[in-house]
Amino acid sequence: MSDATANGIADTAAARPPRRDIGIKKRYAAERRFKIYGIIAIAIGLAFLVMLMTSIISKGYTAFWQTEIKVPITFSEQVLGTAEQANQSQTKLLMANYPQLARDGLVQLLGIDPANKQAVNAANGLISSGTRVALRDIVMNDLSKIGTTEDVWLYASSELDSALKGQYDLDVPENRRPISDLQLQYIEKLEAEGAIEQRFNWGFFTYGASSRAETAGLGVAIIGSLYMMMIVLVLALPIGVAASIYLEEFAPKNKFTDLIEVNINNLAAVPSIVFGLLGLAVFINWMGLPRSAPLIGGLVLTLMTLPTIIIATRAALRAVPPSIRWAALGLGASKNQTVFHHVLPLAAPGILTGTIIGLAQALGETAPLLLIGMVAFVADYPATPMDPATALPVQIYMWANEAERAFVERTSGAIIVLLGFLAIMNLTAIFLRRRFERRW
Amino acid sequence: MSTFTIILIVLAIGLVGAYLGYQRSRSQMAPEGMRPHSRPIYHASFVASWAIIPSLLLLAAWLVVSPIVIAADVRGSFPEGVLAESQLTEDLAYGIVESLGTGLQVLPADERQTVTDTTPVKDLIDLLRQRGVPVASASTDWMVPMALHLNAMQFWSRLAMTAVVIALALGGAYWGYRQIAVRLRARNIVESVVKGALIAASSIAVLTTVGIVFSMLFETVDFFSRISAAEFFFGTTWEPRFSNVGSTGNAGSFGFIPLLAGTLYIGFVAMLIAVPIGLFAAIYMAEYASNRTRSFVKPLLEVLAGIPTIVYGFFALVTVGPFLRDLSAQVSGLLTGDYASFIQAQSVLTAGLVMAIMLIPFVSSLSDDIITSVPGSLRDGSLGLGATRSETVKRVILPAALPGIVSAILLTASRAIGETMIVVLAAGVAANLTLNPLEPMTTITVKIVAQLTGDLEFDTPQTLVAFALGMTLFVITLCLNIYALYIVRKYKEQYE
Repeated sequence: MSDATANGIADTAAARPPRRDIGIKKRYAAERRFKIYGIIAIAIGLAFLVMLMTSIISKGYTAFWQTEIKVPITFSEQVLGTAEQANQSQTKLLMANYPQLARDGLVQLLGIDPANKQAVNAANGLISSGTRVALRDIVMNDLSKIGTTEDVWLYASSELDSALKGQYDLDVPENRRPISDLQLQYIEKLEAEGAIEQRFNWGFFTYGASSRAETAGLGVAIIGSLYMMMIVLVLALPIGVAASIYLEEFAPKNKFTDLIEVNINNLAAVPSIVFGLLGLAVFINWMGLPRSAPLIGGLVLTLMTLPTIIIATRAALRAVPPSIRWAALGLGASKNQTVFHHVLPLAAPGILTGTIIGLAQALGETAPLLLIGMVAFVADYPATPMDPATALPVQIYMWANEAERAFVERTSGAIIVLLGFLAIMNLTAIFLRRRFERRW
Repeated sequence: MSTFTIILIVLAIGLVGAYLGYQRSRSQMAPEGMRPHSRPIYHASFVASWAIIPSLLLLAAWLVVSPIVIAADVRGSFPEGVLAESQLTEDLAYGIVESLGTGLQVLPADERQTVTDTTPVKDLIDLLRQRGVPVASASTDWMVPMALHLNAMQFWSRLAMTAVVIALALGGAYWGYRQIAVRLRARNIVESVVKGALIAASSIAVLTTVGIVFSMLFETVDFFSRISAAEFFFGTTWEPRFSNVGSTGNAGSFGFIPLLAGTLYIGFVAMLIAVPIGLFAAIYMAEYASNRTRSFVKPLLEVLAGIPTIVYGFFALVTVGPFLRDLSAQVSGLLTGDYASFIQAQSVLTAGLVMAIMLIPFVSSLSDDIITSVPGSLRDGSLGLGATRSETVKRVILPAALPGIVSAILLTASRAIGETMIVVLAAGVAANLTLNPLEPMTTITVKIVAQLTGDLEFDTPQTLVAFALGMTLFVITLCLNIYALYIVRKYKEQYE
């Protein structure tokens, strides 16, 4: 009996074997690990983005401020000549020793003995030698200033500027930093008198190339980039839209169409520097167009942007439902009328979005511009797209190669400006897409 | 008259023609009481096409052909002595004649009058120098009449061109205007013109490719006529010396291997970092993330793709490079007590790491598209059989998406190989042949930039080599791209 019960228990145990281990725990652990890998990957990507942005912004935001010193300038007749002389001939006025005026003013402000050469030199090192142009412009605009004294805000030298922005370690021994102890004393004195100030740096947006950091600006680069963007827009948009309309609406399926398709997809992936070689060989060497001109930059960037615009436009055309075309054709419109009167207007928002994104790409492109000679020292604004100019990214490249500490700040500042333009363009594209996108 | 003015005049003629055509078509419509085949606007466009298209085509042809004809004529009248010399001397002489000619145009009219066929070249050069026009010193007296002849030919050619083009525009407009009639099928004609324009626009893509291939092919062939192809493709030292023009010294060695090695090594390091990160990010976003997370994270990652590469280059130069150098100094200090950095600021690692950041969004958005395009039935089937999500990804989705992912990786690799600005600033310029990723290496693109920036002559191997490098780069990326696109096409067909 007891046997039987024992057997019965044994039977049921045999009939219900312990659950087969299918490793569910292990599998769930693997699942969790896998998910965490994904999160880590995304976190790394985002961390890179944050690092990049903080690095650029923390280095660059100071570029938008520039230290200026208020100096009482005496426009002395000894240096400039009298107003009557200036009325007769401006040569003397153009060639006059303006830095001397600035130096004398500063020496007077600081109460230094003019005979003390060392002290005068130290004081002179505080103001930018770019004051020449600033002071000359003041006098040339108003000759009656000759012989008078007035307070003028002058740019401080880049060393003083960097020191005040905390870019130099002032605790290291004197001979290992660009600012001497004497100069530090002067700075404190100026600060006490309220004659030194950080002001918004308009010059950063208006000046051209300069070997001195404090008078180097983005003016020429912004204008050059603007010219190029206009050329790209004027050429790439019509050509790109025309090509897409043909491929999407008219083209028969044949070898030629296939060839064009493969070509466009390929061009979208060709390294940008190859387009620079094309521009150099065809536009400069063969056609003889001038080097460094925004015109050539624009042409090269047009060829580069075309595939982007074509791909976006084709997607926009494809999104217009065929029923629209059938309706137009059914009412007796010709194929051309159907496309130009009905399909194209409906695809316009998509085309515009694609164009803006293409332009933003072109604006940030550097490599091809290096090859067609946009790496140039251009101090004057280009009057036409045929004059030499630089471009924003090329200016960044040129400044990145400068050794001086103040140029690192300028470079980061220029990058902020460039990223600002790109952000505006991309946000416009997103806005247009949200506002006008139609779901069929 | 400048070319631009001529174009404007032609366009104006076209516009006026269009207006007149419009009026004529309107006036024909009313009295006869029958409906014309096309609306007036088509008649207007018809006239404008006749006015503008033939004349602009002629203008373009003239601009291309006339310099060739003029050059042939001027060269033909060179002195026998020069013609007997080599082609190079003749080209050089023609170049000087050309620069004298353009110099003459800069002179004010009264000074230009004083220059005649018998003016000694020295006087002319002095005159030009005063105006700030530099002229080569190898000029001789016979070049002055040549330059005057050249200028005269150019002047008459331009005058003739202006006259002929404008006459053709007027003639075309008149012809089109005469053609307007009630039965004229203007719409069909205008539409075929439009279609022609559309075809022309789409062939620009083909023309660009042809332009790329030919522009680089000519210079590359020129280069290989000076330096043997074997020396270029199998040489292991890169040391092009810049020599003066015309000097026949040693041109240096143009071994391509160190550049190729550097390019591939940096690309490999970048891919090693970017592919796993990008792929896992894509899998997470496609399979796990909620719609909200996805709509937030995806655009943020794509911001990385929108940042210009020069920005990455600068980031590498001033942040990542110095950071790695200082880090290695600290590490070696802790281990050995000697604070010498073993990672240089410019190194394969720096360039590869920063390039990887740029590549992450490429890998992730390309793979994301591919993963989401795997049919849902495969996913549902696997989940329904009891597989976990990660098992579904690993055993079902990834195998199904593999061709697409491979092509995404190939496209990314082609981008890594062609990337320029990051490596220019972060990889260094020394053509090392090393296996140590902590040392600087250089790439094909860096050397293209280095050989072609600054003043350059087009007939030295030092600049021509850039085109040979460019051609090689183009061929490598082309193969990668075509293969990748081929895989994508094949793969798409599979699920359609």
